[in-house]
Amino acid sequence: MVTQHQVRLFWRPLAHLACALPLIYLMLQLAEVGGLRLGPNPQLEIRDFLGEWGLRLLLLTLAMTPLRWITGKPWPLQFRRLLGLWSFAYLGLHFVTYFLLDRSLDLPVIIEDIVKRPFITIGFLAIVLMSPLAVTSTAGWRRRLGARWLTLHKLVYPIAILGCWHFYWLVKKDVREPLIYCGILAVLLGFRVWQTRRRAATT
Amino acid sequence: MLIRKPTDIKPSEITPESVFLNRRTLLRSAGFLGASTLLSQAQAADEEIPAKYKRLTGVRPSSLSTKDAPNTFDEITGYNNFYEFGTDKSDPAEKSGKFRPQPWKVKIDGEAGITGTFDYDSIVKPHTLEERIYRFRCVEAWSMVIPWVGIPLGEVLKRYNPTSKARYVAFETIVRPSEMPGQKYPILDWPYVEGLTMAEAMHPLTLLVVGVYGVELPNQNGAPIRLIVPWKYGFKSIKSIVRISFTEKQPPTTWNISAPDEYGFYANVNPAVDHPRWSQASERRVASGVGSLFASRQPTLPFNGYAAQVASLYKGLDLARNF
Repeated sequence: MVTQHQVRLFWRPLAHLACALPLIYLMLQLAEVGGLRLGPNPQLEIRDFLGEWGLRLLLLTLAMTPLRWITGKPWPLQFRRLLGLWSFAYLGLHFVTYFLLDRSLDLPVIIEDIVKRPFITIGFLAIVLMSPLAVTSTAGWRRRLGARWLTLHKLVYPIAILGCWHFYWLVKKDVREPLIYCGILAVLLGFRVWQTRRRAATT
Repeated sequence: MLIRKPTDIKPSEITPESVFLNRRTLLRSAGFLGASTLLSQAQAADEEIPAKYKRLTGVRPSSLSTKDAPNTFDEITGYNNFYEFGTDKSDPAEKSGKFRPQPWKVKIDGEAGITGTFDYDSIVKPHTLEERIYRFRCVEAWSMVIPWVGIPLGEVLKRYNPTSKARYVAFETIVRPSEMPGQKYPILDWPYVEGLTMAEAMHPLTLLVVGVYGVELPNQNGAPIRLIVPWKYGFKSIKSIVRISFTEKQPPTTWNISAPDEYGFYANVNPAVDHPRWSQASERRVASGVGSLFASRQPTLPFNGYAAQVASLYKGLDLARNF
């Protein structure tokens, strides 16, 4: 039995550390510590690395509710906000890397990208939609928004769909990896559909 | 990758700074005959190349080389698209160790007077190797500058007496799934096939490449023999060639089969014609290291900067439609 005390003092700090590991790894590569270093196309390497971890953490966030159901324990829900915020951090940095390193703040080109390239459009849309969720993730905002908070945070579903779609769409040919993400998302969303139907049937 | 400790480098191996700094002058003063061997040595001083790669001899410099600074040997051999070995950029370097590029035979067939199967030496040896430092532009909007070693394709093709019916040249990559792990998956239709018009194939810039940086071609770069067409996107420059056919009809090409709306037969580098999913107006010149992190992209040039030499090949052709 995991107590509230254990969660706060041990499991949550550990989860923070785990979420920070990819970022720490990236920092070590940037500092060229211990033989680690970035490859020949560092801008894209950083951008893609951050994007992939952001998406992984987003799927992990969405896995917490099914996990609570499977385990029958409430503790997974206590990690949902933490994981979601880390996902946002990675995806925000992913966007900043694109903006700053890949496109060197060239605004007309960035706007053209967002308008003309559908996979960038949906990726950009996802990060824009995600921002209010990050802002309103605090207890204070949750209280202030009341019932509307839950409605607002349902945005995470379209955001995740856009994220996986963005990944699928940008790949040149080998879609095996994005398909894995899409598959996981389908299971996670499918679980919710099934739950909702089941609940509707029993009431 | 070999990372040498500083103590491993003998003082005798280090080029004196004065020689290093004056290497271009030295080359110029060395005269034409001596320049070929000297140039290879100068390249070796610039770049640390693992000893396992055999040095090519008798390599002549070329006036067709660009003055742009070449990418490093590590960049050229560590960041590749060669789906036969896997789809990650690092896969070709990491997963091509089992590939045996020798002995090598190439089948030459189709509309030509001389056809048959020829071994590597009989194709390459009659020619003088040249170093050609070319810009290389990938369709994915990254680029490099690469000191290839090769021979003009046209000179090779001429020896096989193409007939008047030969309007195109088709190329085919080897299929060897036991040594090329990427070929175990149907990501592309194997074998990889490519093609050029006869005029493109005979153009003096078009190269049959057997080496890079003065050494034989590493497996990940398309050993032992590959094509380089510097004014076209990289996927046209087919690797590890086992068949060259002279054809009357335009031959099928792998990426065109795979996604006809995204990759055409011509695939000339063209900043004005975007890939359906990304812009071709600019490119990222590959440069490793934290120091290059804030470098910006550079504009892509029509025909990858070779317009003066090749634009006339496409007179009257709608380049937006024939992308």
